[in-house]
Amino acid sequence: MDNKEKTIGEASLMKGNEALAEAAFRANIDAYFGYPITPQSEVLEYLEREAPKHEALILQAESEIASINMIYGAAGAGARVMTSSSSPGISLMQEGLSYIAAAQLPCLVVNVARGGPGLGTIQPSQGDYFQATKGGGHGDYHLIVLAPASVQEMADFVFDGFALAEKYRNPALILTDGALGQMMEKVFLPEKGSLPKIPKPWATTGKTKDRDHNVITSLFIQPEEMEQVNLQLQKKYEAMQSEVRFEEINTDDAEIILVAYGLSARICQKVVDIGREKGIKIGLLRPITLYPYPYKRLRELANQVEFMVSIEMSAGQMVEDVRLAVEGKVPVYIKGRMGGMITTPEEILLEVEKIHEQLNALQV
Amino acid sequence: MNEKLYLEESEIELEQVYCKPDTLTELPFHYCPGCGHSVVHRVLMEVVQELGIQEEIIGVAPVGCSVFAYHYMNVDMQEAPHGRASAVATGIKRVLPDKYVFSYQGDGDLAAIGTSETIHTVNRGENILMIFINNGIYGMTGGQMAPTSLPGQVTSTSPYGRDVEKVGNPIKIADMLCLLTGAYYVTRQVVHNPNGVRKLKKALLKSFEYQKQKKGTCFVEVVSNCPSGWKMTPVQTIKYLEEQMIPNYPIGDLKVPQN
Repeated sequence: MDNKEKTIGEASLMKGNEALAEAAFRANIDAYFGYPITPQSEVLEYLEREAPKHEALILQAESEIASINMIYGAAGAGARVMTSSSSPGISLMQEGLSYIAAAQLPCLVVNVARGGPGLGTIQPSQGDYFQATKGGGHGDYHLIVLAPASVQEMADFVFDGFALAEKYRNPALILTDGALGQMMEKVFLPEKGSLPKIPKPWATTGKTKDRDHNVITSLFIQPEEMEQVNLQLQKKYEAMQSEVRFEEINTDDAEIILVAYGLSARICQKVVDIGREKGIKIGLLRPITLYPYPYKRLRELANQVEFMVSIEMSAGQMVEDVRLAVEGKVPVYIKGRMGGMITTPEEILLEVEKIHEQLNALQV
Repeated sequence: MNEKLYLEESEIELEQVYCKPDTLTELPFHYCPGCGHSVVHRVLMEVVQELGIQEEIIGVAPVGCSVFAYHYMNVDMQEAPHGRASAVATGIKRVLPDKYVFSYQGDGDLAAIGTSETIHTVNRGENILMIFINNGIYGMTGGQMAPTSLPGQVTSTSPYGRDVEKVGNPIKIADMLCLLTGAYYVTRQVVHNPNGVRKLKKALLKSFEYQKQKKGTCFVEVVSNCPSGWKMTPVQTIKYLEEQMIPNYPIGDLKVPQN
């Protein structure tokens, strides 16, 4: 979460959305297609403003539906492509994402999430966790989901997202929120061109004499064939499990574990600091990949802790995965606020202490 | 396909004067007898063959009867979600600007669910060829009312005839697109007679030439028939097409390049 290990290059002070956009240029994207929506419009604005310095094609589409289908076409043609939006716009992209996942095309999608449901609010939220991690559109599929918790990671995960997407021929999603998109922090930008491009012999670049025509499709009308495609996808998702990433803070001797990602994890870091000062054995597990999810590590930690609390800016979505992980070994609670509201470290600590007292009272 | 054929009895040598272009695969068309799709597929692929651009062209198939166009067209192809073919084609063309790109859509796909993508693709003047098969019905899903179904036309979802008071009049999308500066060439053709096929071929040749010159969007509408959806024999569909469809969708060029 901090920049201690980064020593290459000069630090910049940037907004999360702009750091992400600059990283896109540095990742040598071939094209970006997008549509304005708060709180992520800086991505498209930055890309359009800086475009003359780069070779990448930046195009404002007529809708998020058009954007994701332009991504589908360009990714199928072998290009490194990305789009970004915020929650309502990401909902509009779900059909296209299902097609892209089924056709097994790599691309990067960024959700700078805002509070919902509906048109909701433009304030930050983590209410899109289910949509991001469980598929989102129709059919059995998953996106690779990365959750940055700093402006630094907003930039870094563009590279990581493309690397994973291209490795697995699968769409990757950066799930962030309006606060991380808008906040300014020190960032060490990744080096331009440091992400190599891999050959894509399956791409529709024009049928040469030495090969059959390439077809990008998600239509497998015979159920026997469709089942085989699904089995292949499931096999791929199984292989992706090895890419799970998470960060642990003060978990070694922790009796209470907070589980939080993104902005909530930033807040929880502070909770752990003040909690430890007060002598509470509290730690934090921060999932960095939300798909794949660190079920295994959480299951291990369940053997040593009294309880866990999922801290989310939602009514409780990730908490279901924490509960799945611990298999009932310890109680798992959900705390946080929603609808664009952000909880404070003090509020969380108070809640945690309350749970602690109640559990102790039960044991007496 | 090029071996000469012999008649045993008379021993007269026959010369082959026509064959399937290599740009079509060996797979027989699944289209209903008398349907215009097969003819448009063949003419399009003949043009690709004649121009020698098989290695430089990428097509986009729609959702509709021609969803499997990529099974027949022996060129690189992508299959788009319903209505989104022109957005998919935009994505391809923007990253491969020196290749030829075409989209192929029916009336429900292009003029109902995909109207937004259609208009904005043409408005941007994307350097692609958009082929629009207008048979006034949803063929694949079993003959429902299309945006281009004629007033009074009986379909499975307008069983008492298209009521224009209730659902509006047929949309003349090609005429609408002419208003956009991005539209370089807009034409409406037919394939139910040899003359129509010849004219369509010319329109397609022209379109690819314009695309090569990066002139903007070329839009080729083909007013076609649907024996199964119209519940008619192929011969009856030709009569209906000539007497009912063409008066509503007059054939000919709608917008030609201005010098």
